Amino acid sequence: MNTLTAPRRLWSGLRQVIDRRLFRIRPAEALPLRLPQRRIFVLPTRAGVVFALTLFAMLLASINYTLSLGFALTFLLAGLGIASIFHAFRTLLHLEIKAGAAPPVHCGEPAHFGLIIGHHGKSPREAIHVRTASATARVDLPPDSHTTITLSAPTAARGWQPIGRVVIETVFPLGLIRAWSVLTPDHTLLVYPALESRPPPPPASAGASGQTHTDSGDDEFAGLRAHRPTDSPRQVAWKAVARSGTLVSKHFQGGAGGPQIFDWQQLPPALPDEARLQRLARWVVDAAQNDARWTLILPGTQLGPDRGTQHRHRCLRALALYGTPDHVTRA
Amino acid sequence: MARPTMSRAPESTLSADPLRWAAACAGATLLPHLPRLPIWLGALAALILLWRVLSQLKAPSAAPRFLSPLLAVAAGGLILFEYGTLFGKQAGIALLALLLGLKYLECQRPRDVQVLVLLCFFLQLGLFFDTQSPLTGVGALAGAVLATGSLLSLHTRHPVRAQLRTAGVLMLQALPFMILLFVLFPRIPGPLWGLPADAFSGRTGLSDSMQPGAISELSQSGEIAFRAAFRGEVPPPALRYWRGPVLTDFDGQRWTIRRSTTADQPDYATTGTAYTYDMTLEAHSRRWLLALDYPAAGIADATYAADFTVLGRTPIDQRMRYAASAYPHSLVGQNEAPASLDGALNLPEASNPRTRALAEQLKGRHQTPEHIVTAAIAWLREADLAYTLRPPRLGIDTADAFLFDTRQGFCEHFASAFVVLMRAAGVPARVVTGYQGGEINPFDNSMVVRQSDAHAWAEVWLAGEGWRRVDPTAASAPRRIDGGLAAALPEDSALPFLVRPNLTWLRTLRDRWEFLGNAWNQWVLGFDQKTQRSLLRRLGLHTDDWRQMGMAMLIGIGGLLAALAWWAQHRAAPRDPLQRAWQHFERKLARAGVPRLPWEGPADYANRAASHCPEHADAIRAIAHRYARLRYSAGPTAVDGKALHSQIKRFSI
Repeated sequence: MNTLTAPRRLWSGLRQVIDRRLFRIRPAEALPLRLPQRRIFVLPTRAGVVFALTLFAMLLASINYTLSLGFALTFLLAGLGIASIFHAFRTLLHLEIKAGAAPPVHCGEPAHFGLIIGHHGKSPREAIHVRTASATARVDLPPDSHTTITLSAPTAARGWQPIGRVVIETVFPLGLIRAWSVLTPDHTLLVYPALESRPPPPPASAGASGQTHTDSGDDEFAGLRAHRPTDSPRQVAWKAVARSGTLVSKHFQGGAGGPQIFDWQQLPPALPDEARLQRLARWVVDAAQNDARWTLILPGTQLGPDRGTQHRHRCLRALALYGTPDHVTRA
Repeated sequence: MARPTMSRAPESTLSADPLRWAAACAGATLLPHLPRLPIWLGALAALILLWRVLSQLKAPSAAPRFLSPLLAVAAGGLILFEYGTLFGKQAGIALLALLLGLKYLECQRPRDVQVLVLLCFFLQLGLFFDTQSPLTGVGALAGAVLATGSLLSLHTRHPVRAQLRTAGVLMLQALPFMILLFVLFPRIPGPLWGLPADAFSGRTGLSDSMQPGAISELSQSGEIAFRAAFRGEVPPPALRYWRGPVLTDFDGQRWTIRRSTTADQPDYATTGTAYTYDMTLEAHSRRWLLALDYPAAGIADATYAADFTVLGRTPIDQRMRYAASAYPHSLVGQNEAPASLDGALNLPEASNPRTRALAEQLKGRHQTPEHIVTAAIAWLREADLAYTLRPPRLGIDTADAFLFDTRQGFCEHFASAFVVLMRAAGVPARVVTGYQGGEINPFDNSMVVRQSDAHAWAEVWLAGEGWRRVDPTAASAPRRIDGGLAAALPEDSALPFLVRPNLTWLRTLRDRWEFLGNAWNQWVLGFDQKTQRSLLRRLGLHTDDWRQMGMAMLIGIGGLLAALAWWAQHRAAPRDPLQRAWQHFERKLARAGVPRLPWEGPADYANRAASHCPEHADAIRAIAHRYARLRYSAGPTAVDGKALHSQIKRFSI
């Protein structure tokens, strides 16, 4: 047992050391990041190796037949290969990588990581390929410019999803030399739980269960009325304004029904955790779409009652991170 | 603006640019080969290139996959039919040209373009077997630019002009490597392995045998045989006899070399005026080193034959240089071995009866061999023999036919007939072939000797004197010796184009071009192990010490790499001088242990750094303040920028 695992442990330890020392990969690096000289690696591509073998053959032929111009041509091409190393290197040198938008998605939908690639140099940089495990984007930069790229990734589980290892590489200018840099940026995206496709209706609102409300009465949507200067912007029925051109506000009737309660504990006991989260997420999304008020109760946490986009995000985030270590530290 | 794109395999298909570049590259490489390729092959390649360029450069979906192997087999068969082999130089080049055309036909992916470019390199190398003129060099350079463009266009999206500029930059950066390696890379004298039989075919020059008509054919060629740069005095035309193979054995038709012993130095004592010169001999695939009569000892890597020919150790397969000196007035062969004198008296039985009769006549009238020789020359002068490049055919008894029937001949007829006459009269004699004459190129004062200066003369052996040169051609056409071929021939005879006297302007042009060619030959093509060693010794390197050579090469390459690294840094550095200065400041502080955090502005950063090293607090705050003012307030002046720059430069922790 031990004999089997020991070499493997040694190997994984070695991999970590190699990754850290040689490729200078640290757990996750904060963006923005600037590629310094020591993080750029250069090696010939397969085409470059074939090119070198060709030159060697040409050199042998030049020696054998004493072709002076053969020597000259061979050496010129060798110089070309060497110069292209520095062109490739220069293409990546001092490249700046900043985090772009990384909006949350539901599990199963593709995630989109934005990255801003730029530089301040005086010559253009071409044919830079930014690669993750699942996507590649090509970047061409004019002098002193930056651009935003989006790299998509599949999502398989809720929670924080890092962008993972990003390889920035180029074979510019001749395809003989590949310059690359490997980084693991601290760029993450929140994956919400997937939405249950056919959920049972949510439990009846709190008002039915006899709870009293002393609030002003902006509880349940009851129609539109003329706008009053004291109305908050949230109360304005913007869709109706857009249609009619006059300011109208939503009118809510208090007391008729309290906020909807989405309680983890109230769900059928046989339901597994992930299914519970998916159902709660669906209810939250639906409630937000209907602009209703709701309360989300998870073991140890209660969110709301409240309504609106902010509340929706807070709830989905709590669902996404439920049971993960981030649940406490980052939620 | 920049255009990011999303795709898994961004470069799997070809756009029009690489195909155009590749067509130009393939075309430029093939073009100089066309005169040497079979017409059908050149036409096929041209057709393929044109067809794809004209058919909108689309990948030939209509030309299915089976077509190119089919074409390859068919054309390979044609090459086999044309050359009888697929190996060897000419067939190999034809095959490469064919592959190039076919590769272009099926060019669909970036890899195809890469393979095409490599084929172009090989084909370019193939051209150097046939010619290495300056023009070829320029062509190869253009080809390399086009190859660079082809590879570059696979990766760039810039317009063609920008591509050309990048290719130019790459070329300029590659040139120093080329020069350095060309000079310092150790030159190993080839060959490393056997050469194909036709590697050096088609070279003109003297042959090891002579039959009537052999040299007149050579005289039609204006090619340069060798160049001699005299140090000091130049010999007068009458002494410009450059000795090649000496032909003693005669079978009635053909003169051939008689094997003679060789030694490390000549067996005669040199006397009289000396002429010293540096010889640049063109490759002629034979062993003899042409030398002005009579060469002194001291030609490097040479042996001296008993017939006064100088021989190299191996056939002269590349242009060769050596220093030599000549003593035309030396007495040579005074102690000639009886065996070789016997050989110099051999005549086939019962040949040339009329010449033999003439010899008997001369022998009867004159007592000494010397008088016989003089009388024979006098007879020739009076015989009204005509000197011509187009002599009529002679029968079996060549001397008889020339002396008594046709009476028209070229130098080999004169020499051959005279030697037969001498032998019949009992005077040892032999034919010497070589070159006679030479013109001074006014641009570099070197003497140029062409194939059209090929000549044959005679040598007779006289007791007490040794071998004496007798040029029977001079007897009938004395101007051949003083004025060259053109002067000796009658006005209306067909002359090689450039030897014609009324084309002086053209000859001036040729002289100029050949001067350039000579410099090219000396410094580029003739750069062999010997030249390399002498050049490096002059630069103070011990060429025998390979470690020193290696070090020199490493240091040179290291210097070039450092220059390129500096260039890369420079190009990648911020365009904005203000930002460059600020980054310099950041680096200084980072070394002191206070790197700027990504979110810190200049003021926050300065405050943190100042608290970290309080003794520099004022300087740090002043710099940050000035930077912030220049960066964010309106209208910063250049003077302020410079002040900040020098302030940062002075700043040290």
